[in-house]
This record gives sequence, C-alpha cells and structure tokens, in this order.
Amino acid sequence: MIKRVHFPTSPLPYLLVAPQIAITIVFFIWPAGQALYQSFLIEDAFGFGSEFVWFENFQLLFEDPLYIDTFGRTLFFSVMVALLSMSLSLLLAGFADRVVKGATIYRTLLIWPYAVAPVLAGALWVFMFNPSVGIIAYWLKQVGVEWNHFLNGGQAMALVIFAAAWKQIAYNFLFYLAAMQAIPKSMIEAAAIDGAGPARRFWTIIFPLISPTTFFLLIINIIYAFFDTFGIIHAVTEGGPANSTVTLVYKVYSDGFIGLDLGGSSAQSVILMIMVIALTVIQFRYVERRVEY
Amino acid sequence: MIENRPFFDTLTHVVLILGIALVAFPIWITFVAATHDLARMAQAPIPVLPGTHFWENLKLALAGKIISGIDTIPVWKMMLNSLTMALMIATGKIFISILSAYAIVYFRFPFRMTFFWMIFITLMLPVEVRILPTFEVVANLGMLNSIWGLTVPLIASATATFMFRQVFLTIPDEMLESARIDGAGPIRFFVDMLLPLSRTNIAALFVMLFIYGWNQYMWPLLITTDSSLTTVVVSIKEMLDSGERIPEWNTIMMTALLAMLPPILVIVSMQKLFVKGLTETEK
Repeated sequence: MIKRVHFPTSPLPYLLVAPQIAITIVFFIWPAGQALYQSFLIEDAFGFGSEFVWFENFQLLFEDPLYIDTFGRTLFFSVMVALLSMSLSLLLAGFADRVVKGATIYRTLLIWPYAVAPVLAGALWVFMFNPSVGIIAYWLKQVGVEWNHFLNGGQAMALVIFAAAWKQIAYNFLFYLAAMQAIPKSMIEAAAIDGAGPARRFWTIIFPLISPTTFFLLIINIIYAFFDTFGIIHAVTEGGPANSTVTLVYKVYSDGFIGLDLGGSSAQSVILMIMVIALTVIQFRYVERRVEY
Repeated sequence: MIENRPFFDTLTHVVLILGIALVAFPIWITFVAATHDLARMAQAPIPVLPGTHFWENLKLALAGKIISGIDTIPVWKMMLNSLTMALMIATGKIFISILSAYAIVYFRFPFRMTFFWMIFITLMLPVEVRILPTFEVVANLGMLNSIWGLTVPLIASATATFMFRQVFLTIPDEMLESARIDGAGPIRFFVDMLLPLSRTNIAALFVMLFIYGWNQYMWPLLITTDSSLTTVVVSIKEMLDSGERIPEWNTIMMTALLAMLPPILVIVSMQKLFVKGLTETEK
C-alpha cells in the first residue's frame, strides 16, 4: 500500500489530494447522499413541500409493473449485447491469433468502433435501418421483411442491441486476442503433434485457458450495457415505441428530467447505485482469481 | 500457423475480412452518404458507392448550413468545443490523479486511508446513476452553460489514481533513498524522477481519456443548453430530430463523420499506447 521509505509528515500531502477530494465530495458523494435522502421523500402535488415517507418510493417502484418490466428488459438487453458482441469477438480473435503475416493490419481495422461515441453509433445504425431510405431496411424489404423500428418494439430492441454490440466488438476483440497470445505456443504445438486439429485445439485448450478473460469481459460488457448505452438508446429510439427500449438508466433520466418525479427518480438512482456496487465488488473480488488453472 | 493447411489458412483470412467488412460497414455507409447531394439521399435505396459531392457537403457542414434554410452554429465551432472539453477532461483527470496517487503512495499522514477509500467510492458512482442530484449541485453553483460545469464534475478519477499508484509501487525504494541523500525534496523528486518515469503511462492514459472526453453525451446534453457551447457529438441527435421534415442525411452524415474522425485518428495512430492504456486502466 505505502512505500517503506516515505517523506516526513508535512502539510504537502493534504495539498496534493485536495483537488481530487474536493471534486469527489462536491460532485460525487454529496449528490449521492442527496439521491439517498430524496428517495425517502415524496413531494406534494403542487411541489410546495415534501414529506418523509421512509421506503414508500421503493415500495411504489416495485409495485409498478412498468418498473419491473424495465428491470427484465435491461437484463435481457445486457445479456444479448454481451453474448452477441463477445461471440463475434471470440470468433474473430480466434482466427486473428492464427495469422502470422498482417496481424497488425487486421487489428487496426477491427479496433476503431471503440472510438465512436455511443450516440454516433446509434445514429449510424438508425440511418442504415431507416424505414424510408435506410439501405438495410431496403434489403430486408427485398427479402420480404417489413422493417419499421418506429412501430415495432421487437425490431427497435434488436436495433439497439446491434448498435450496442457493434460498438463493443473492438474492446472484446483486443482482450481476447491478448489472452490468446499469452498462451505458450509450445502447448498448442504439442497438441498439434498429437493430432488435434484447429477446432479441437480451440475448444479443448484455448477456450478453457482464456475463461478468466471471458468472465472478466462478461462483467465489463454487462456494466457497459447497463450504464454506457444511454446515447445509443436516446439516438435510436428515445425509449420507444411504447417504452419497449427503456432501460434502467434511461428511465432515471426520463423520470427525472422529463417526468420531474424527484422521489421516484432518486429511488431508482439508489437501486442503480446498489447494483454498481455489487458489480464492482464482483469485479474486484472474483474476476481473474476464481477461474484459474 | 502451426500446420500446413492451405484451405484452413484461406478460411482464416476470409473470416477476418468478413469480420472487418461487418465492423466497417456502418462507417462506410456514413462516408458514402456524405458524398452525395440531398436529392440523391432522399430517395430509396440510398447508394452504396461514393458520389461526387464530398467537398460540397464538407463546406455546408463546416459553415453551419446543415439544415437548408436554417443557420446552425458551424461544425468547426462545435468541434472546437469538443476539443476544449476533451483536452480539459483528459489533462484535468491526469493532473489531479497523479498528485493524489503521489500523496497516497509516498506520504504517511492522518486520514490517508480515508482519502483512498473516498476516491475508490467514485468508481461505484457513475454520473449516469446520480444524474439529477449532480445536475442540481452544478445548477446551484451557477456552473450551467459554462465550460467548467461541463468538465470539472467529470474530472475525479479512481481508475487513473489506481493506475498511477500501481506505477509508483513498481518504482524501487532505492530511488527515493538516493534522491533524498542527494538532498531532493518531495517536489523535486516528483518532477525529476516520477514524472519522467511515468511518461508512457501518462501518454497511454491521455489517449484513453481524450476519447472518453470527446465522446461524452448525457452530461453535455444536460449542462449546455446554450448553443454556443454545443459539442459536435451532442449536435448529431438534434439534427436527427428534424420534426416533420425529412432529415438531410448528406450533411448530417458529414457531421457524424467529422465527429468521429478525431478519436478514430487518435486510436489508429497511437495504437500501441491505446492498447497499453486499455489493459492497464481496466484491471
């Protein structure tokens, strides 16, 4: 934690941590405390006063079928994004790992979606699937699929999943490739001499050996889909049609800033904070330790 | 490759090229849309091959004539706003994190662990989760519609602090011992020893944080209602909401192209630093 050799006591370290601590208190801890406090209040209908109601906001939330639906929808969305993005990346990394010549060119061409802002990723996908001019919507029409994510909730959900998974491919690819390249070549060669083909080697050697990376990426992807996809959803569907693409984070935003329901939005914030804390604890306690050979 | 299997080798390249095509297709279509005129972009199916109006669209976008008949603020100004925001967030995060990591690793003082845990907690409180009360704090401080309100609340960083802490912990103790024997004080040691030793880490972190800052969306959307502070990433959404009109895809997609160009250039040109930054900050 601390160096064996260190500087003598002086006011200097306080000055050094001051900016970070000041920002942390003013913009992180204080607002989080406010959210916690407001989640116990209900404002009266005219906004003049508020009443302390203990856990009524939370009770109302969990009795609200809309909120329960949002919970399930967010889980479905996150799992689909993680599965789609990770399986594509695993496939590409598995093949890229075999390439001797041109590996860096492939890597360069595969990593740039990481640089695209979520809202831009949303804009690109919504453009390709635009029901009137979009190129993919047009191709789908040719094969008999009527695409309109403004009306069809299932299609809207599919579109946000595609955009979110596309953006995350670069990240997953880099981590999978790094994990595969860390496997000693002698192990793979020994298996090849024993007559194991590429597919067999992949499933019996490479895949089990990179399972810590898979677990790590699963957590990271779920965190990403939960908290970093607001821009995608805002650009693609704005939560519609009929709430079919509203996630938990999107609901905090729309209830707070559009619905102006302070208590309800704060209670949702508190629930999300608990979830982030749980995910962070899992990430720090178990990832890269539990699954080891 | 281990064994000689010509068919499988070909398959490898085919799969990778298909993968690249899939990953690059949305960006290709964006580029194509930015090279055609409005009339062509209004009729389905839209083209998949580039046209000849690239420079025209670039001029329209840069001059702020994205929606015909309405003057918006020029895209170059929005890009300047994005650049200012990205640079302030990246340098601000690096500055305050390296200082606090230095204090926590090299000094023993009361409340050291309290400070450490306070910084750690920020990791569990992403802005998306406590957006409303944070907005209220910024509003009460009179920081709405200012570059400070836009950047300062995002500057605290647990990941950057942890990364610098890791770097400092790998620097041998003998360094500090010999520096002190030579009469160097804490500031001298920091400037002459630690800064040069963590140069590549700072650069790698800068690449990551520049992209993070440039791509901010929810926060600037709420903090800047004054259009002179709009960033280019935020502007795209406003352009998509053209109400009853048909979106003018040629100029919108040109703007989208300009909005993603700087971070893509940074990633591709500084690939090594980017990969280093990615793997070091996430673990």
